[in-house]
Amino acid sequence: MNMNAQLRWRKFVSNFMLTMTGLCALVAVSVLFFILGYLVYHGGTSINWDFFTKLPAPVGENGGGMANAILGSAKLLLLATLFGVPIGFFGAIYLAEFSSSKIAFVVRYAADLLNGVPSIVIGIFAYSLAVHPFKHFSTYAGGFALGVMMIPITLRSTEEFLLGVPRTLREGAMALGASKWKTIATVIVPAAYRGILTAILLAFARVAGETAPLLFTALGNRFWSNGWNEPTASLPVMIYNYALSPFEDWHRQAWAAGLVLLALILIINIVARAILSRGISVPRA
Amino acid sequence: MATTSTTVPSAGPLAGSRSFFDRLRDGDEIARLITLLFAASVVLITLLIVYELWQGSVLPRHKFGFAFFRTSVWDPNFEQFGALPFIFGTLVTSAVALFIAVPLGIGAAIFLAELAPARLSDALEFFIDLLAAVPSVIYGLLGIFIVVPVMRDVIQPALKNSLGFIPLFKGPAFGIGFLTAGVVLAIMVIPYIISVSREILLSVPRDQREAALALGSTRWESTWKVVVPFARTGIMGSIFLALARALGETMAVTMVIGNTPAIAASLFSPGDSIASVIANQFTEATGELYTQSLIELGLVLFLLTFILNGLARLLIVVTSQRGGAARA
Amino acid sequence: MHASVRPAVSVNITPPVTTGAHRETTAPAEMRMSVSRVNFWYGPKQVLFDINLGIATSKVTALIGPSGCGKSTLLRTLDRMHETVRNARLEGEILLDGKNILAQDVTQLRRRVGMVFQRPNPFPKSIFENVAYGLRINGSKLPMAEAVEKSLRHAALWDEVKDHLHKSAYELSGGQQQRLCIARALAVEPEVLLLDEPCSALDPISTAKIEELLVQLKDLCTIVTVTHNMQQAARISDFTAFLLNGQVIEFSPTPQLFTKPTDPRTEAYITGRFG
Repeated sequence: MNMNAQLRWRKFVSNFMLTMTGLCALVAVSVLFFILGYLVYHGGTSINWDFFTKLPAPVGENGGGMANAILGSAKLLLLATLFGVPIGFFGAIYLAEFSSSKIAFVVRYAADLLNGVPSIVIGIFAYSLAVHPFKHFSTYAGGFALGVMMIPITLRSTEEFLLGVPRTLREGAMALGASKWKTIATVIVPAAYRGILTAILLAFARVAGETAPLLFTALGNRFWSNGWNEPTASLPVMIYNYALSPFEDWHRQAWAAGLVLLALILIINIVARAILSRGISVPRA
Repeated sequence: MATTSTTVPSAGPLAGSRSFFDRLRDGDEIARLITLLFAASVVLITLLIVYELWQGSVLPRHKFGFAFFRTSVWDPNFEQFGALPFIFGTLVTSAVALFIAVPLGIGAAIFLAELAPARLSDALEFFIDLLAAVPSVIYGLLGIFIVVPVMRDVIQPALKNSLGFIPLFKGPAFGIGFLTAGVVLAIMVIPYIISVSREILLSVPRDQREAALALGSTRWESTWKVVVPFARTGIMGSIFLALARALGETMAVTMVIGNTPAIAASLFSPGDSIASVIANQFTEATGELYTQSLIELGLVLFLLTFILNGLARLLIVVTSQRGGAARA
Repeated sequence: MHASVRPAVSVNITPPVTTGAHRETTAPAEMRMSVSRVNFWYGPKQVLFDINLGIATSKVTALIGPSGCGKSTLLRTLDRMHETVRNARLEGEILLDGKNILAQDVTQLRRRVGMVFQRPNPFPKSIFENVAYGLRINGSKLPMAEAVEKSLRHAALWDEVKDHLHKSAYELSGGQQQRLCIARALAVEPEVLLLDEPCSALDPISTAKIEELLVQLKDLCTIVTVTHNMQQAARISDFTAFLLNGQVIEFSPTPQLFTKPTDPRTEAYITGRFG
């Protein structure tokens, strides 16, 4: 069969573009491996027991660790979850089970808007509400800022999974005389629990790495932060400060902290997706 | 059970019209009110943000008005606050980022959606999604210690030697600045372009592709001349989304942009962006006017991302509806 | 001459030799295409069994049968569209003008064997550009406007759209869109046109228009159509093949199949006892 020159050219172009676009994809994905590689390389050697247990050394001195930052991040994330998740979760129940379509539209729109707000602006907002009136920085303020960021992700995902529960399940419960809230609590939410859990985990992972909102809420602390009303150190802010500093030893610790933080976030992401891909917890009708 | 004549419009399935008292007795009404409260708080928080930004920037708005956006002097000592250098910096870094990320991102999305086998596509998408989860400060870390030296020692000299006659590539090059910040932003923004564009391309009705193939197109022709044009508006939407992300990006940019309020023609010049100046100066701002000027910058950022995100969503919705319209 | 036979039922087809008006290329073929001992699988599941069929030149051949009998699958092998599906496997021979299509370049094949799909699928372009698409990618040197007009006339759509050529194809009605898709396929002057239930998504009036069109088109090119609608097959086709469970049960000139079917299953189907 004779292929004329024009057809040969078209086929060549087709294969060429296949390769080129494949290269684009390869480049994009390899960035991830670069990041991981560098973090492991630079940070892996600096992770030691001190890192997890010691306080930062005085400025200029080598050694020390980030124990306060680790605890600080944990406290901030706990507050964020306690604040943001219930709002997202119960709000989603309202949207999926009770609301009219007009109200639902408004709430969803607000949530999407909130999701798009730059994190530094959330920081300003949290400052205005939780720092300025009280005249001091605090862990509460930081937790509030992060919690606000968790709301939209939790809300939209939970709503989606609640709506995905098959009709037959709801009808089964109602046919037995269950009231609406009982149906929700005992049938619908358990049926959607995988998706909801995934949503919470993903929201958590997202705010675990956020730095900007903490800059003017939780601020930072070179020592242990007592209680919840004081400024506190956090992993992301430590990384930021140490990376910009002139000290080699601090750079080393920044890499270590980066590795710990990224490892945490990637593990949560992978676990979350694994939970979801184990399928819905209810057989489809 | 008697039902009242007022129907309760309900988005939930099995919208019932049980009487108010039945619902109350069963606790349904309470449940509805409680969850309504939570849902309302979402709206409340969003409104509060707008309110706080607006109220919190009243001083500079009255003092400078629209001149705030035209003035390029930012001098806290003399209480002169002009936002132009930061707007400039934000726009330039975003432009550089898009210039790099859009071709790469769309190319990758085309590969994943149209040309790659399904398993490979899913595997790669998994990694792309992980990339989107990497926090900004980690990109900043890599920016400072990896990208900056590479720019300073390899890329920027190469650019100067080959393209140094263009004003974009003139002047001293220290590795930090607009170009570096743009490159780091590009890396951060590519995963968004890829995942959204890929989804849009995958949603193009199968029979468009088949029609093109049935007319004797090569695979690339059917992709580029039929599927991509079909998804054109949605892909625009993904670019807007990426832009919105780039505009609001703070940490990675702050760490490599140089933090100098400069307006310069050269991409090698250090500069500043709206988000990074807020991050750097907010806690040290002395005096109400200073702080509120920074808040006004925050308001600007909020409005810009609001408009872009809104446009993006509109464009994406239009594309998916078109998929439906094509079946009319 | 290729006789399409199943071992159990022997039906001899001798279509009349066509007078060579148009584009007979090498030698005038009574059978424009022939399918020999074709078996087809989707993954492990076999869906076509030992298909042997001849497609007569410049005639309309209809493939009928109940849902799932494999008629669309068979149609799609004729322009190798089955290759867009993973796990699809074909064995056997399919000849176009005596040459095996499976050994040829597929893009060239698809220029010679065109396809119209079940649901109209115009491109998001103008009416003009939709028709011109095939010509453009093949680097046609013809003056585009004339070629487009010619195709639209053949598809009986010209009068309705001649003043609106630059409007979007989506502004047309469903029936018009389908005729546009036919025009688009005709523009590259295929020798064979495959239509997969072209009227199933359309209203009765559009359906009638397209049926009329198909009968006229057979002077231009050989037509193979899959249809769910037996009456349609009886109205417009010259030859009909009845498929059941992936096998050709009977293949005869249409009047014969519908009035004197030889296989009891054919009779059961056309009298509505199943399917």
